[in-house]
Amino acid sequence: MLCNTHHIMKALIELRNVTFGYGRMPVLENINVHLHAGQFAALVGPSGAGKSTFLRLVLGTLQPTRGEVEQCAEVLGDHCNRDAQIGYIPQLETVDWNFPVTVDQAVLMGLTRKSAWVPWHSAADKVKLGQILARLEIDTLAKRHIRDLSGGQQQRVFLARALIAEPDILVLDEPTSGVDVRTAQNVMHLLADLNTAGMTVLLTTHDLNLAAAHVPWVICLNRKVIAQGTPDDVFNEATLNATYNGDMLVLRQNGMLLIQERMHGHSWRETAPNAVLGHELVSE
Amino acid sequence: MLEPFQYSFFVNGSIAAVVVGALCGLIGVYVVLRGMSYIGHGLSHAIFGGAVVSYVMAWNFYLGAGLWGFLAALLINQTARRARIGADAAIGVVTTASFAIGIALISKFRKFSRNFDAALFGNILGVDTVDVLVISGIAILIMIVVFVAYKRLLFTAFDSDVARVYGVRTEWVEVLFALALAATLIASMQILGVTLIAAALVVPAITARLLTDSFNRMVAYSMMIGALTGLAGMYVSFYADVASGATIVLIQAFCFVVALTIGAVRRSNERRLAHTHV
Repeated sequence: MLCNTHHIMKALIELRNVTFGYGRMPVLENINVHLHAGQFAALVGPSGAGKSTFLRLVLGTLQPTRGEVEQCAEVLGDHCNRDAQIGYIPQLETVDWNFPVTVDQAVLMGLTRKSAWVPWHSAADKVKLGQILARLEIDTLAKRHIRDLSGGQQQRVFLARALIAEPDILVLDEPTSGVDVRTAQNVMHLLADLNTAGMTVLLTTHDLNLAAAHVPWVICLNRKVIAQGTPDDVFNEATLNATYNGDMLVLRQNGMLLIQERMHGHSWRETAPNAVLGHELVSE
Repeated sequence: MLEPFQYSFFVNGSIAAVVVGALCGLIGVYVVLRGMSYIGHGLSHAIFGGAVVSYVMAWNFYLGAGLWGFLAALLINQTARRARIGADAAIGVVTTASFAIGIALISKFRKFSRNFDAALFGNILGVDTVDVLVISGIAILIMIVVFVAYKRLLFTAFDSDVARVYGVRTEWVEVLFALALAATLIASMQILGVTLIAAALVVPAITARLLTDSFNRMVAYSMMIGALTGLAGMYVSFYADVASGATIVLIQAFCFVVALTIGAVRRSNERRLAHTHV
């Protein structure tokens, strides 16, 4: 069949002149951000900068006071042919760990919208479940309660729930908060692998060093977009000072970026010079 | 053993107690997991107001009290959202105001106050065949609703905000659940009374939660505990000559204590085993 229309992949998520406020207090002002298919982006900024509000606008659970948020996975002619499907992974701290669900039940929740109005899942759903669990290497944990997993495994469960719905974009709220350094690195490697396989990823994080090491596009937010670009472009002292209203130190070592807030009399060596120290145990 | 079944009031009461027990067990799972235990208590009081108004206005009890309960549930939801006060405060205001309407009407028309003893404290002996049919009809309807919306209810109970992002129409799920809860309370009012419904909603569900980490099994256990304690409560109340609603709730509370003890022993054994392996 001949067809004179064509499919154009453009911005998956577009925030145009977006302002949002609770009452008269603006939380976000005049935000202009595009996220394209295949992009891997991190949203950074201090607490209260509006990162969660930004995510909620992207997720569609908040509507902007002014401006527009557009989601489009496929353009046909002048119109959006298909809305972007979002796979959302909330902060682990917000999950009710006492809720009685096993890993497979939690992951299958991702298919709820598409599944039939019966309590059980179809054979096709179960095949899909097996594939996703195997891909994320948690297939042996399927019948375990979600509370009885390590932080990294829990993060994989919620990633699996998002991926089983075949989303166009993964949105993660602080995926590395509350987990140890090794687990945080593993989570970021996993996201990078998914991105390499074509998945668009947007996350928020407080860990600037992790973002600098793993995420190719960074949006610095503090009620406004202070800067956006590659970590090399935006992780400089001027931009970070403006973002965090602080005194940031940026070091470049062998191609790596290391970011730290400068200490101003907060070191224990200055505040507690006579601190009582422990002793190393020496075995006889 | 089968002696009480010679009496039609006992047969009707037992069927009603089993059906209401299973129904409260089912809906109670969602009430407990969503942290809404207080709403069962509050709504049953609100429905009492609706029951009195229905009587004064000569409306059908089930329709009048049901509509009143459903509106009270929606009003609580909207008050909590729009007035930015906690849901517990909204429940406190709406349900006690509704209960007060009932009390005010009773004090105004003292002559029919005795009819509402059953609504307040339950009167299982007064359950006739028509009541059994109505209660069973309501229970079957609610079970069909839960069966059909099972996965949507589960996701919404687990995390309503995230479920919405995943395309679940949570606002409709909330309305459906408010309707199911109001209908459950109406069906249970004559059996257990306003004062005991909350316990019948909450106790089987938390007992089941202590026994399993699986949602599906929690639903099954909770319904079984509700139904069996309903029957056991009828038996004990027959022989001990104690109010049936109170007996059912006391047996449920006993089951809860047993489950709590089993859970504590199990955890203690697990800790000891873990310690031995280290």
